Amino acid sequence: MWRRIYSLIIKELLAIWRDPKGRMTLIIPPILQLVIFAFAMTMEVKNADIAVVNLDNGYWGSEIEAQITAAAPFDDVYRLESVGQIRETIDAQRAIAVVHIGQDFSRQIGAGEPANIQIILDGRKSNSAQIVNGYLTNTIARVSTQAYGGPIVEPLRVRNWFNPNLEYNWFTVPGLIATITLLTTIIVTALSVARERELGTFDQLLVSPMRPLEIVVGKAAPGMIFGYIHGSFFIFMAAVIFKIPFSGSLLLLYASMFFYLLAVIGIGLFISAISATQQQAILGAFVFASPAILLSGFMSPVENMPNWMQTLTLINPLRHFLVIAQGIYLKGLPALEVARNTAPLILIAAVTLPAAAWLFRKKST
Amino acid sequence: MQNDPFICIDNVTKRFEPDAPPALDAINGEIATGHITGLVGPDGAGKTTLIRLMTGLSRPDEGRVLINGKDATRSHKDLHRMIGYMPQKFGLYEDLTVQENLGIYANLKGLPAADRQAAFDELLEFTDLAQFTGRLAGALSGGMKQKLGLACALLKRPRLLLLDEPSVGVDPISRRELWRMVQALVDETMAVVWSTAYLDEAEHCDHVLLLSEGRLLFAGPPADLTRRVDGRVFLAKPPASKRRAILSRLLSENLARDAIIHGDAIRILTKDETSMVGVTPPPAIVEVTGVLEPVPSRFEDAFVDVLGGGPQGRSLLADAMTIHADDGKPAVEARGLTKRYGDFTAASDISFSIKRGEIFGLLGPNGAGKSTTFKMLCGLLTPSEGEGRVAGFDLRTATADARGRLGYMAQKFALYGELSVAQNLAFFAGVYGLGKKRAQHRIETMLDVFELTQYRKVSAKTLPLGFKQRLALAAALLHEPDVLFLDEPTSGVDPITRREFWSHINALTAQNVAVLVTTHFMEEAEYCDRINLIYRGQTIAEGTPDELRNAIRRPEVEAPTMEDAFIELVRRSDTQEAA
Repeated sequence: MWRRIYSLIIKELLAIWRDPKGRMTLIIPPILQLVIFAFAMTMEVKNADIAVVNLDNGYWGSEIEAQITAAAPFDDVYRLESVGQIRETIDAQRAIAVVHIGQDFSRQIGAGEPANIQIILDGRKSNSAQIVNGYLTNTIARVSTQAYGGPIVEPLRVRNWFNPNLEYNWFTVPGLIATITLLTTIIVTALSVARERELGTFDQLLVSPMRPLEIVVGKAAPGMIFGYIHGSFFIFMAAVIFKIPFSGSLLLLYASMFFYLLAVIGIGLFISAISATQQQAILGAFVFASPAILLSGFMSPVENMPNWMQTLTLINPLRHFLVIAQGIYLKGLPALEVARNTAPLILIAAVTLPAAAWLFRKKST
Repeated sequence: MQNDPFICIDNVTKRFEPDAPPALDAINGEIATGHITGLVGPDGAGKTTLIRLMTGLSRPDEGRVLINGKDATRSHKDLHRMIGYMPQKFGLYEDLTVQENLGIYANLKGLPAADRQAAFDELLEFTDLAQFTGRLAGALSGGMKQKLGLACALLKRPRLLLLDEPSVGVDPISRRELWRMVQALVDETMAVVWSTAYLDEAEHCDHVLLLSEGRLLFAGPPADLTRRVDGRVFLAKPPASKRRAILSRLLSENLARDAIIHGDAIRILTKDETSMVGVTPPPAIVEVTGVLEPVPSRFEDAFVDVLGGGPQGRSLLADAMTIHADDGKPAVEARGLTKRYGDFTAASDISFSIKRGEIFGLLGPNGAGKSTTFKMLCGLLTPSEGEGRVAGFDLRTATADARGRLGYMAQKFALYGELSVAQNLAFFAGVYGLGKKRAQHRIETMLDVFELTQYRKVSAKTLPLGFKQRLALAAALLHEPDVLFLDEPTSGVDPITRREFWSHINALTAQNVAVLVTTHFMEEAEYCDRINLIYRGQTIAEGTPDELRNAIRRPEVEAPTMEDAFIELVRRSDTQEAA
């Protein structure tokens, strides 16, 4: 039995590796994804421009302007001369926000009356605009306490645990380890049976002494191997290039990755078993992978989704492994928690792998 | 021809890869109107490439194709209006009805709205598809699809009709209809090019261009080629039990130019020098075979002669396999095998049994139910009723080891193209659980027997067609099965490769291996000891090839072919059903 499985594994690896296109699909996409996800996909506001219309000639107006200019995250703060320029500045996307200070701003403060500042935000970039708004209101609040004679204290001192500087990379790169292994593994396994169906070799396998279970093991192995290789590559890159601290147990990460890959392989083989051609298999893999990434908590928190959809995400292996990967990286997730999140992965694999084995025979018409 | 030929192929060479031999090598030929010109040759001969050059879709590397005096590549805009082209897989829209398909092609060809209805009516009547206008093209049979494809190519009557293997996947009855239609179509204003790998079709053509591996072997009326071997073709009818032994002797002693099993007889083509003697058979052969009866020569005899004769020598396979004991029990048994899908019966009550050392053929057109039967026997499909046994086991429920008794060679030599020859063999050895030592020994033996040693490290996909086939057979025989299943083993391959293949199979029967062949290819049936004729899911006849042929022999059909027998037997079964 092991001899048969061993032969199948060797054959699978050779078939992928000896095909130049197969080699490319294993090497190029992960590197591309690494670059794209790690450098382009950031939620931080770093290079935003701000415009200020300061019609006030008094002290407080220029104080606010100075404070905004001093705040680090804005690339460029430039002055507009009149209210009439505001519309054009936002329309042409020269600034994400315009701070409008009225003529009698300082006078009102001097008279002890409430004074107004107008902030106009570009709603087309709602996420960045909100963050900019946060910065601006913070700055204005500071000046305002000063202006109305309050003590100059920070109202709140925020400290972020696990990621003190809120480095976005610390969040994305561990997530990438999970998503990229998902893509590699799902494609390798989804193609494996469909390719043989297309070639006509699958019937030959089925009439051989191989049992469906042996075929599943043999077909699962390459996905497992390439999944681990890619996973390790990104763990290495995370440490060397991105310098992400690793606070948990590497052993736990690798152990839970086994069940994660198994669950993904189960889904991949299932897709492969129901596809007649490689084209269908690739399509199936993407129909699974895109929602899997969107509904994993990688792009937006699962807690923000409606309840029914949160329930739906439970069948998504990425959702569970994402908790494990990010947890182990950033907060040294304890073994018990890792196990609790691995259990659903085992369940998914336990359903999809036998289903695929069953479909191998069923679908061979 | 009184004036210039309609098409002039002038020293045309076409390469796809710089290092590989050219797909077409300095071809010269002429195609006239008023004729069906056959483009004849096995797969990979260059037929499709030549047709595509005529359409102007690709351009020759050297030489040129002139159509009606114009260069096919340069004037292809003017010419395409007069060309009707039916590619191998005709571009029918399977999800549209017959009528909608015609409509689309009428639009594509810019057929004026006023002429459409008349053209549709005429073509639907011509192709006998009028009652199916509402049916989806995807739901048509292979024959009807080709007829619809033909109808689409004929909208706006072309001056040049290019048909690329129109008879592939078509049952013999539809194939005859297709021929009749095209023959009715040809007149002085139209030229027809019909490409085919079936050598019997060459004889229906007025004029042939015979291609092999990109080279032109013959151009002219087929009878001119066939005439060259007149008086050199004989049939020997030794007793059935000795037939294959005598054939091997003829080949191993290199007595004849070509010798093959033909039903109950051996068909022999004598060597050149004996042709002087006229119809007296050479005594050296008579000594081996007994009485020889002269028969009319066929296109295939002449083709093999041009190619330098059939393969000689004996198959080394005979020594490479252990002889399986004959326990007298049937090696393969089908008992009332039936498969239903909803209210469609793909195979109905099919029964037969195959002895050890016997070659048994399941013969029928595509979609007749032979693959279904085949798959039920292999254990790939669960029968709705009945039972199949291979080497005494029901493979549906048998242990994995029982499945090791079966060797299986899938259609189109399903191999792993990326893997090298040795890697392919090592994989199959592993899958069949051969121990390391035995695997190594068997792989070496197979490389030797099939002369694959020099290709050991070559990727299977780059092998020449004939070697791919050898490798597929080698992979199926590594584990020395007692039963060998072959799915369309030699359709489309050249006659030499086919002979070589069957000489190996002959050698196997001497080792008591039972061989089951499924085929739609009538010629392949001639190699079988017995045939089960399947049509529309049912067995309509069973017997030796000669029994089937004799069953329909009438004074007016003097030498019926397997195809004649098939068509007649189907007709009889239809009338029986109607009664």
